[in-house]
Amino acid sequence: MKQTDFLDNETLELLKQTGGSVMMTTIDDIVNWGRSNSIWPLTFATSCCGIEMMAAGASRHDFARFGIEVYRATPRQADVIVVAGTIVRKMAPVLKRLYDQMADPKYVIAMGACAVSGGPFFYNTYSVIRGVEHVIPVDVYIPGCPPRPEALLYGVMQLQRKIKGESLTVQKDWEKALSEGPLPHEK
Amino acid sequence: MMNNEALKSKIQALASDTEFVETGQYLTASVPYRKIHAICKGLKEGADTAFDYLFNLTGIDYLEKNQMAVIYHLESTEFHHIVVLKAIIPTRENPEIESLCDLYAGANFHEREVYDFFGINFKNHPDMRRMFLDEISDNIGHPFRKDYVDEVNIIER
Repeated sequence: MKQTDFLDNETLELLKQTGGSVMMTTIDDIVNWGRSNSIWPLTFATSCCGIEMMAAGASRHDFARFGIEVYRATPRQADVIVVAGTIVRKMAPVLKRLYDQMADPKYVIAMGACAVSGGPFFYNTYSVIRGVEHVIPVDVYIPGCPPRPEALLYGVMQLQRKIKGESLTVQKDWEKALSEGPLPHEK
Repeated sequence: MMNNEALKSKIQALASDTEFVETGQYLTASVPYRKIHAICKGLKEGADTAFDYLFNLTGIDYLEKNQMAVIYHLESTEFHHIVVLKAIIPTRENPEIESLCDLYAGANFHEREVYDFFGINFKNHPDMRRMFLDEISDNIGHPFRKDYVDEVNIIER
């Protein structure tokens, strides 16, 4: 049985992407343990969600407890980009470039209503991107406007669960897409 | 610091057909838009007014009245009095008003921004280009106008 048959949070760790081969799951477990417990976020925030993200990183909530450790000011050292805030049409190419500059494995958390769907700026605007998934692939969505730091902590823990189900042997969707040649819009 | 009555008489002397509103935080003067440069020059160079600081410049679109307006916030760093000048342009097609760049260097970017979002042209501006939106698209228009339509990007409600 494959992981993709169960697209819900409860089976994230139970069903590994490999399907349960004993040899590979042990290696995967070690690698994933390391990866999931040292996720370094990129210092990137475009509006009020960024304030909540800072609060989550500060002493009261302190998400270093969960291994999402230290903000990196360069995408080359970051593992996760928390899209905290509204993305407008001028910002979209910048965000895309930041994502492209991150080293694999890389993850995206869409934090707050704006990054999830455009949120309060969904209607009657010429500039706002309605959801960051139109620019980069998203792993975890966190609703809220802005979400409480606890919600961000929960989102990060969901991402950790997701990472724990990964396998070195399974090709990711985007790797598959790249191996098939240039993307439609690049032809 | 000059009180509102003294400021009123000063502005009245520069442009007699000025109307005043005092309900807001600052004294607001609706001045004839053709005289805006002369009025600002007079207010800046007057020894007892000395409005040497333009701290805001923005535009308004009055769709129903078929008018556009430019709002100037002036302050004196010497006397700390503030006045708001409102110049109403009686057309929405190719509205034009004189630039204040030669009086206030800070007007340069403000006027470019107003041009970018409202399409108000500033005469004698040294560098009348778009400020932000040309990076998004070449033919984006002027999105702060009330009758702006963009069927691709805007979901109306």
